[in-house]
Amino acid sequence: MAARAAALPSPKARRSPAPGLAVGLSTLYLSVIVLLPLAALSWHAHGWEAIASAQAVSSLKLTLGVSMVVALVNAVAGTVIAWTLVRDRFVGQGFVNALVDLPFALPTIVAGLTLLALYGPKSPTGVNIAFTRWAILVALLFVTLPFVVRTVQPVLLELDTEMEDAAASLGAGRLATFRRVILPNILPAILSGVALAFARAVGEFGSVVLISGNLPFKTEVVSVYVFGRIESGDAGGAAAASVVILAISFAVLLAIGGCRRWVTRHDR
Amino acid sequence: MRRISLALLVALLLPALAAGASKDTKLTLVAYSTPKDAYGQLISSFQKTGAGNGVSFSQSYGASGEQSRAVAAGLDADIVAFSLEPDITSLVQKKLVAKNWNKDKFHGMVTRSVVVFIVRDGNPKKLKTWNDLLKPGVQVITPNPFTSGGARWNVMAAYGGALRSGKTPKQAVDYLGKMWKHVVSQPTSAREGLVQFLAGRGDVFLAYENEAIFAQKKGQPVQFVIPKATILIENPVAVTSTSKHKTEANAFVKFLRTAPAQRIFAENGYRPVVASAAKGFNFPTRPQLFTIKYVGGWAKVEKRFFDPHTGVMAKIQGSGGG
Amino acid sequence: MIGKYVVRFAALGYLAALLAAPLGYVFWRTFRHGLGPAWAAVTTPDAVHALKVTLILTAIAVPANTIFGILAALSIVRYRFPGAGLFNAVVDLPLALSPVVVGLALLILYGRGGWLGGHGVVFALPGMVLATIFVSLPFVVREVVPVLREIGTEQEQAAATLGASAIQTFTRVTWPAIRWATAYGVVLTTARALGEFGAVSVVSGRLAGKTESLTLYVQDRYQSFDEVGAYASAVVLALIAVTTLILMTTLKPKEETR
Repeated sequence: MAARAAALPSPKARRSPAPGLAVGLSTLYLSVIVLLPLAALSWHAHGWEAIASAQAVSSLKLTLGVSMVVALVNAVAGTVIAWTLVRDRFVGQGFVNALVDLPFALPTIVAGLTLLALYGPKSPTGVNIAFTRWAILVALLFVTLPFVVRTVQPVLLELDTEMEDAAASLGAGRLATFRRVILPNILPAILSGVALAFARAVGEFGSVVLISGNLPFKTEVVSVYVFGRIESGDAGGAAAASVVILAISFAVLLAIGGCRRWVTRHDR
Repeated sequence: MRRISLALLVALLLPALAAGASKDTKLTLVAYSTPKDAYGQLISSFQKTGAGNGVSFSQSYGASGEQSRAVAAGLDADIVAFSLEPDITSLVQKKLVAKNWNKDKFHGMVTRSVVVFIVRDGNPKKLKTWNDLLKPGVQVITPNPFTSGGARWNVMAAYGGALRSGKTPKQAVDYLGKMWKHVVSQPTSAREGLVQFLAGRGDVFLAYENEAIFAQKKGQPVQFVIPKATILIENPVAVTSTSKHKTEANAFVKFLRTAPAQRIFAENGYRPVVASAAKGFNFPTRPQLFTIKYVGGWAKVEKRFFDPHTGVMAKIQGSGGG
Repeated sequence: MIGKYVVRFAALGYLAALLAAPLGYVFWRTFRHGLGPAWAAVTTPDAVHALKVTLILTAIAVPANTIFGILAALSIVRYRFPGAGLFNAVVDLPLALSPVVVGLALLILYGRGGWLGGHGVVFALPGMVLATIFVSLPFVVREVVPVLREIGTEQEQAAATLGASAIQTFTRVTWPAIRWATAYGVVLTTARALGEFGAVSVVSGRLAGKTESLTLYVQDRYQSFDEVGAYASAVVLALIAVTTLILMTTLKPKEETR
């Protein structure tokens, strides 16, 4: 009973306007809300050397590198947390579940202030990672926490335990059951969350600035570099840099989508 | 009899006529964030004067550069008050502020301050001069001049300080490069820098006196030293050319330079542009104080130091020295 | 058996460091001078107005993105159309743009001299709504797509052959399956809309009492060294997010065991 992702029978048999309407409306919405501003931005972009400078390239490498680590850590941590929230039972579980989205709802300044106080020079725990690249990682993990958790949770909730019971009755251990039965079914959801986490990490600004120190070539992320372009009156260069960042992110997102298709190839 | 009744009629109608005549004018003030408290008090004060009677204000406060860009993008403003002149000059270029905005005896400025060193309790590393910043192990925090326009004051203060100590322009640029190697954090705003410093980072934070005094007033444990050679920060204010209430707006700007208004600024940590208002406040004069003109004026300085590709600071940052 | 505890310990440990500690700190900073100052801080006229603005922005952005999210998810997964893969990737793009650039793009488009400029969009609520919708766009889509793929189309096909219309198929077959995913998508979208700062900051013009959202108010308080005000306002945002989650999760039917 593998999951399938087949398309519905051709409209000839149904003659419903629903598919066309859904596709049309959502494409229109996406175009007006997202594509139009992006087009205006691209049109305004000039001075492409802005993204080619050594400082820009360094910030881009740092950002992409940290974002990928963030995506991977979230893939594992998010799945573990989602599992604990769905399959486990412990006191305060509902409470913990309610807190998962909060890193998101807090304004980024507050996130930055909090992390600086907790994991900076005056940390009550003695853990001081502020003004290093670790600070960027921690800040990004904080703001991307809900993603994989929340994409995996609904799938786990919908998952039929028949297969797991069958595997157990056939003598499979828990780890094997997880790897062979559960993981393939939640992997698309994990990848969905990973895509979100990666994209958010690339674009994050507010929570990173306070704790990282923004030193060019060391702890300056690309969003700070772009902000510097805008503040220096080079909005065209900022737009150009942003278009490049978007293109790279787009490529990564397409790759993640390709991953998902490869992972579910046997289901089609 | 008729004359008396006519006079009576006029006397009765006059208040009504006067009330009808003083229509409610609404002025929009777009300013940078630091003087928010000051402007709150100034507006109340202004509204008690004859010129300010019936004038209400819509206020917007934010980072100086961001506010300037907002006005350029169409934010309706009657009065703009920014932290440095270039933020107004960019509006002049877009014809949103008249070219002669600063052709008065105050050169368009409304408040002053100086660049200071915010140091640790007791100044353990004895940082008093710009050369002291080059002592081994000294860690400096200063906002990045490319992400915070206000930080340009810091850079020019350092450069001018080097000139004042006898260095040639070339040596002064060298000094900047050396000093920048001591910078351990480049926050995107002065406020952010203060938070980082108070959280334990660095030995010295290059800041503006008015912000340091304001922080002290708000109970922050801030101690600062004013170096002998430092730059005079001057904050401009202007009425926009698109204002629909130029009379009232100009009246407000004129009010800002009266002694009572300047005293309000002084209470908030700013050095007044009107000398008499400084009486009773502790604003020490510095023997080697200089202005932006000493280092070339904003137009030259922007090109030479802050051009994103060829500027001195772009080279210092871009070489990995920062 | 021990595996269960390892997993639980790992999850809770991670959450303790990355979630509980920061949240605890925020609450401590809010209430360390007592309930009174915190309450006073969030009931000032400016704070109340900022809350209203945030609620309006959220009340528009969340339903819009939810409807879009479901339609888009159906389009991507069920109604195969040319460019579905690209569409899918574009949906995530809003997140990759740093908020300042989002604001910049909106200013370029709707500001003075822009293609759609001069119609009172920016520096007013409409611009702020657009910015909020932009940054919170992907979540419902991302939540619903995996579930739609997971459940397969057999039931929907069965319903179709039995003569159900598209709407009946959706409400009777599809919706019950994607309800949880939509709920979590709504929660994420709401949380994101509440916490949005950067883009809204640029397009709002920050007119006190008019275009100041609660996140902008937080920054205003932080700027004025009003620590309690800043943290208390953040707590208000957090409480709204938690309330949304509780609402969404209590809507589940009793017969589900999980």
